[in-house]
Amino acid sequence: MNGITKAFPGVVANDSIDFDVRYGEVHTLLGENGAGKSTLVKILFGLYQSDEGSIRLRNDPMEITAPAEAISARIGMIHQHFMLVPTLTVAENVALGTASTRRPFTDLDLVSERVADISRQHGLAVDPSVEVRRLAVGERQRVEIVKALYRDVELLVLDEPTAVLTPGEVDDLFVILRRMADSGHGLIFISHKLREVMSLSDRITVLRNGRVVQTITPAETSTEELAQMMVGRSVNLAPDKPKREPGGVRLEVQGLTVQGDREEISVRQVDLLVRSGEILGVAGVSGNGQRELAEAIAGLRSVEAGGVVRLDGIDVTDRDVRARRDQGLGYISEERMKDGAIAEFTVGENLLLVEHGSKKFTRRGMLAFGAINKHCEKLVEDFGVKTPSVETPTSSLSGGNIQKVILARELSAKPKVLLACQPTRGVDIGATEYIHNLLIEQRDLGTATLLISEDLDEVLGLADRIAVMYEGRIVGIVPVEEARRNQIGLMMAGVPEQEARNSP
Amino acid sequence: MSDFFTLSVLVATAASGIRLATPYLLASLGETVGQRSGVLNLGVDGVMLLSAFFSYWVVLKTGNLWLAVLVGVAVGLVMGLLYGFITVVLNATQGISGIGIYIFGLGLSDLLFRRQVGTPKPVRRLPDVDIPVLSDIPHLGPALFQRNLLTYLAFLLIPTTMFLLGRTTFGLNIRSVGENPSAADSLGVSVRRTRFAAILIANSMAGLAGAALVLQLGIFQPNLTQGMGFIAVALVYFGAWRPIGVMCGALLYGLVNATVLQWKALGIIPVNGSDLAAMAPAVLTILALVVLARRVSAPAALTRPFSRH
Repeated sequence: MNGITKAFPGVVANDSIDFDVRYGEVHTLLGENGAGKSTLVKILFGLYQSDEGSIRLRNDPMEITAPAEAISARIGMIHQHFMLVPTLTVAENVALGTASTRRPFTDLDLVSERVADISRQHGLAVDPSVEVRRLAVGERQRVEIVKALYRDVELLVLDEPTAVLTPGEVDDLFVILRRMADSGHGLIFISHKLREVMSLSDRITVLRNGRVVQTITPAETSTEELAQMMVGRSVNLAPDKPKREPGGVRLEVQGLTVQGDREEISVRQVDLLVRSGEILGVAGVSGNGQRELAEAIAGLRSVEAGGVVRLDGIDVTDRDVRARRDQGLGYISEERMKDGAIAEFTVGENLLLVEHGSKKFTRRGMLAFGAINKHCEKLVEDFGVKTPSVETPTSSLSGGNIQKVILARELSAKPKVLLACQPTRGVDIGATEYIHNLLIEQRDLGTATLLISEDLDEVLGLADRIAVMYEGRIVGIVPVEEARRNQIGLMMAGVPEQEARNSP
Repeated sequence: MSDFFTLSVLVATAASGIRLATPYLLASLGETVGQRSGVLNLGVDGVMLLSAFFSYWVVLKTGNLWLAVLVGVAVGLVMGLLYGFITVVLNATQGISGIGIYIFGLGLSDLLFRRQVGTPKPVRRLPDVDIPVLSDIPHLGPALFQRNLLTYLAFLLIPTTMFLLGRTTFGLNIRSVGENPSAADSLGVSVRRTRFAAILIANSMAGLAGAALVLQLGIFQPNLTQGMGFIAVALVYFGAWRPIGVMCGALLYGLVNATVLQWKALGIIPVNGSDLAAMAPAVLTILALVVLARRVSAPAALTRPFSRH
């Protein structure tokens, strides 16, 4: 790809980017959110058209205007959000869009056979007759890879494929990817996880603000140097965290059992204690009950009989969200655009949401805009939210800045207990660093923080103790000083604490 | 009441129930295909009205029933082109566009009728066709196998639709664009083309339903359907987006309607007290929807226009 330029209203997503992949290598595109990685591969895959620049495949100039053309050029793409139809079977998903040998009828038996062959050949265990919605995330990803192999791709793009996997599954995936590269496939791997990038890549191209910073091999660089290239300044990857003695118990969860969205039990008999001045990290792969646990503590999901939630010693199990907030709970929800902030509201309105009814901001039942604006402008400044004004619609801010708005709102209420779910998901490194420091600062001010994160590095870096969650249970709780990455990884896959501890 | 439970009356009721169910069945099966591709068409009633008028007009002028059926389908097809252009090419909101189609069909059929016909005149009806042997089965035969050809066609279209959706590549494309259009797009399936084709099928069948309605009655009047097209849309939900379920709904609706008519004829309920009785089918549907439909989920992308951003 040569001199690729693509502009969207207001931003140049790709600015004359040169990028090449060789067959038989893994070439990583590394960069922050908004650096232009996804745009570049979407152009390659025909989902976007570039404004300028050219694409050549095996030295032949190519014009790719639709995914169908990319597919016939044997380019495949595994999207960050899986491109699967949940109500169809694995075989149907694989067959979709391919020519059937029995047109106009489907030939699913034949497809199933080939899927079985591919699974065997590449070590990808999948059952072709199962509906995709019944599969776990790791399995779904295998289906995506099978889909690509079924189409005989020579060039495969993987857009953040590890975001949803356990450390063990990531290792398995990397074995598969390495094998594919060795057998002559060209792989484009997109990630912002430096550790993974270093271990898998043959070459790394770092993007920042739509431009190529450098193309380099892992042997020539280090994670610190890569982070610096991504952000454009030096970054402290491991936050400084002085040891601190925790105080009294602020959040207590006892025998908590919670139902999930489909009425299945998703949290089983969970006991947790979080003390003042301590961060308890909950590690686990997505979908093991973390979201339901958080919602139950926040009062957004009802709990089964017998479970107890105490905030600062007071039983709030049967109290509503407002009562829990009044009792000192702050909540940073997992999906900030779904239940953390209202996208269409302005920054100011979102900053105000929780307190909009309080005496401070109303006069005789009417909103007092003078006091409100002053309050919001102060928060925007204190928390370094980058926004043109408090009147700006929240949806036009970057992920990191929206998260800062939410943090500003929650922390300005001076919570005794802070429930922080995936606080830096989809947030750039700069803002992540800021949010991490903020959470540690809160800890030092005596807040009891329950940090729920799927990013194991984040949990290891911030938490004082780590609780590992698997299939709704707490597998074990390990003090961070004793925690080893690989042991936590095993526990995330359900291996009991003792056994994981004794593993090499 | 005892008059109703005589064999001959029950058979007659069943027969008229099946006849009444025919337009519903045709329209709902088409709409099932449309909705499985992610397109809701609230304009079914308008399409039925317009097709019904043109079919009626053709019989009035030529006396040719099959030409009338053909014209009914063609009118549906043209309305499908219009609806497809609005919702798929222009990406307009489906809810409002469908209501627009309905009002357009209602108004135009009314206008044309007043201009071209004026006062309702009866025309030839679709003749009943006995199926040899089967129609001789006592009781069952007259109820099921002495019906008109469009009724047979409607029931034949049930397995056809099932086969189309379940066993063909085109059906797989329809289901995928209705559940996750981005996934289909990423695999080179054209979301627009697939949805457009599904809309054409849905509207042709709505046209056929309109023709069936008017040719079974043998007469047209303004707003002949009285909202049947909307019931047809509701039946798709009732049937959980499956042809068999849709058939059950259409039959239930037809049979309840036939029973109410029969009871009026027998004086079990007063003819003038018809409003309350006329509500019975609607009430039944709503109840069934509340009880049954909670368990199933609609195509995930239903009513959602598709674009790549």
